[in-house]
Amino acid sequence: MSSQLRKRAEEAMAQKTLTSALGSFSEAYVVSRAKAYEGLDFEELRNSIADIKGKASQHLDVLAEQFKKNAEARGAKVFRTSSPEEVKKYILNLAREKGVYRIVKSKSMASEEIHLNYDLEAAGISVKETDLGEWIIQLAGQRPSHMVLPAIHMTREQVADLFSKEISERLTTDIPKLVKVARRELRKYFFEADMGISGANIAIAESGTIVLVTNEGNARLVTTLPKIHVVLVGLEKLIPGVQDAVPILKALPRSATGQLLTSYVSMISAPTPNTDGTQKELHIILMDNQRTAMAADPQFRNALQCIRCAACLNVCPVYRLVGGHVFGHVYTGGIGTILTSWFNLMQNAEDIQGLCITCGRCKTVCPGKVNIPELILEIRRRIVQKKGMPFIQKAAFAVIRNRKLFHSLLRAGYLAQKPLAKDGFIRHLPMFFSGLAEFRSLPTVAETPFRERIKKIKQPQGGEKVAFFAGCAIDFVYPHIGEAVVKVLNKAGLEVIFPEEQSCCGTPFRGSGDYDLAAEAAIENIKALLKDGVPYVVTACASCASALKLEFVHVLETEGKTEWIAQAKELAARTYDFSTFVKKLVDEKRLTLKEAKHLERITYHDSCHAKRFLNVYEEPRTLMRKAGYDIVESFESDMCCGMGGSYTVKQPEISSRILQRKLQNIEDTHADMVCMECPGCIMQIKGGLDKTGSKIRVKHTAEILADNLR
Amino acid sequence: MMIDTFKIKAEAVGSEVYRFSADEDALSFIVEFLKKEGIAELNGPTAVWADCPFLTAMRKKELVEKVEGLRFDISFETAALAKIGISQMDWAIADTGTLMQNAGAVEQRLVSMLPNIHLAIVSTNKILPDLTTALAEINPRDADYLTFITGPSRTADIERVLTIGVHGPERLIVIFVDQPEN
Repeated sequence: MSSQLRKRAEEAMAQKTLTSALGSFSEAYVVSRAKAYEGLDFEELRNSIADIKGKASQHLDVLAEQFKKNAEARGAKVFRTSSPEEVKKYILNLAREKGVYRIVKSKSMASEEIHLNYDLEAAGISVKETDLGEWIIQLAGQRPSHMVLPAIHMTREQVADLFSKEISERLTTDIPKLVKVARRELRKYFFEADMGISGANIAIAESGTIVLVTNEGNARLVTTLPKIHVVLVGLEKLIPGVQDAVPILKALPRSATGQLLTSYVSMISAPTPNTDGTQKELHIILMDNQRTAMAADPQFRNALQCIRCAACLNVCPVYRLVGGHVFGHVYTGGIGTILTSWFNLMQNAEDIQGLCITCGRCKTVCPGKVNIPELILEIRRRIVQKKGMPFIQKAAFAVIRNRKLFHSLLRAGYLAQKPLAKDGFIRHLPMFFSGLAEFRSLPTVAETPFRERIKKIKQPQGGEKVAFFAGCAIDFVYPHIGEAVVKVLNKAGLEVIFPEEQSCCGTPFRGSGDYDLAAEAAIENIKALLKDGVPYVVTACASCASALKLEFVHVLETEGKTEWIAQAKELAARTYDFSTFVKKLVDEKRLTLKEAKHLERITYHDSCHAKRFLNVYEEPRTLMRKAGYDIVESFESDMCCGMGGSYTVKQPEISSRILQRKLQNIEDTHADMVCMECPGCIMQIKGGLDKTGSKIRVKHTAEILADNLR
Repeated sequence: MMIDTFKIKAEAVGSEVYRFSADEDALSFIVEFLKKEGIAELNGPTAVWADCPFLTAMRKKELVEKVEGLRFDISFETAALAKIGISQMDWAIADTGTLMQNAGAVEQRLVSMLPNIHLAIVSTNKILPDLTTALAEINPRDADYLTFITGPSRTADIERVLTIGVHGPERLIVIFVDQPEN
């Protein structure tokens, strides 16, 4: 990430009003969204939206022609263009021809995308945004920081100042009064305007209809009062039939603002009469600006399923800290990064893609089933493919992949760190590492790695075998977690073997866009883990489990290593995360937990990879309850801890802020222990709690269960 | 009952919902409402009422005598000055508390956009369960401008504080009539 972006992010995070506004919004949003979806099957709904929009994206040309034909048959003029410049030229020519000097606009992200206002004003035309939020940012000379709530970054004081200046009258910060001022002021512009410009939320090809979804009522005025109405529509808004609009109209208000339906929905299919009896002029501009190119891309076509509800921003742990302006372009957040990489240039996304921690929260709420984190990784992959990996990172990855070298370097590190280590933590680190340890203590490297320790464990022989995939953290930093795993599995009569050739699962490589290395890691591990013909592969790291179960196949497909896919699928089928595997053993009565009542209470942190990639969250809770523990849930238990693999190294400031919230939520439970599935989270949370001097202990699920076997 | 669902959903977003079994009862409610709420500004229009089946020629005559400042000629000016706008909506949608109107005629939109209060008359037997059935009942192919209204105008653009009445009415009063004309 460039120092400029880093500076912007730090400045944003330093604005208390911004972070507290976004923070409380993100919390309230989750509640209102859930309420709005009560009684509806969200999965079914979004499947139908993804299906409709996904198919539409593959027929944009046909749909555009059909729309044009149908809308023109009913009196609209339809202009199709791929270029933003042509859009502006069309509107400017029309304005000149009709003597338009005053324009009112209702909210249109497509017009923001091409900076339309700038050109109109340069031609001497007065342009007024009439959506309250858009008007506020227009007066402030800013860009929207959120797709649905453009002025969410501003306070009532700032709004009062802007309005006071605008009407030359000192106003108080009373919000209803400020809204009344906007109503009164903008009414004048509505009545005077010669042209209204709107966007469109949906364009229906079958009937030539544009659909507008608003709450304030400004879109109705914009499309009714001026005698000329110009609609600017991105091609991705096209859908084939009238009934196809229904699922979108169900999801958009619920996901955007927690409403069942917005106050107003308008479906405009033809020019209507003006009050003086003349007929309105209706011009519809279908703008491509890279949408067709996107639709032709096997990965990025997925992003055309976006319905612009901004749910992804509202649940993003990073957005709520830094806000929208940090992204530097019109579209913000994860989806904004993806759209910017196409509507502007890939290089515009190079920097901001680094803000995504790939926690996957956005994809669980996306009504269009856009796999935002996956597409962010795809941007990374393409950048690395084109420009290569930074040298230092490449060198570091080479070391991680070479187990022997990695291990001996870590050991050297272990010896060097010795004078600083205390209770298994490094409290102060020399030189460039120190920045990373400021907000959390770092763990020490184990004296003997797990791969050596397992050789000394006496295990049951002759029974069923399980191959253990340790992952870097358990092997070299937390070998005692590995030992706990072995203890639990041994109790069920299973012998745990450790295939020596296993290496890093490749998640850090993939996360950095280096799919070459990730594919090599996948192949190495497939060979190592399938070699012994052992029926089960178990790992106690949620991130590694996701790699083995889900990502290897994808990485190998992306890299064209098709000869390995069958084996990757075989490995995926054999792989279990620890909790799921133990739950299976308990259900099959091969393992019994002591059912003593414990006085200590546990709170469970849902690791991103466990909750959202493996769909594992019930199993560990069930097991710990069986073992006699009370589980006390923390607020936002499935919110990312801020580790995100190398994210914490690349964006330490953001990582630290995310961690602070996590720690507070854990403290608020007054639990005795916090438990989780992922050694990465343990590193982050344990280090954080140590730094704050907390009494709460951090455990892996395996450690808890190992102490409670019968 | 669909009307119960409608009432719950509509009231949840700030609509006021009434139901009358006869036209006459609805009419006297409207007259009382106009007298109470519609204080005329020095000869200006108090209320504007767009043509609709409910508003028969006979009723028009009666109403003009009873309510001062009630206008049936709809323009920017009359609609913008009037405190109350009255129109008849074509359908209601129960599961979102929505009113729907084939609003190609500009007057129909003006009376529901510009005044502070919108009185919306709708036949009880025109309640449809949901959006799917509504769009099957009236296809946009057959309507130049379809309007859906769900509660009063609202915004949360300043500090996310819900504020009612931005560019549209701040009150939406829904009047169901069980026995429409004929």
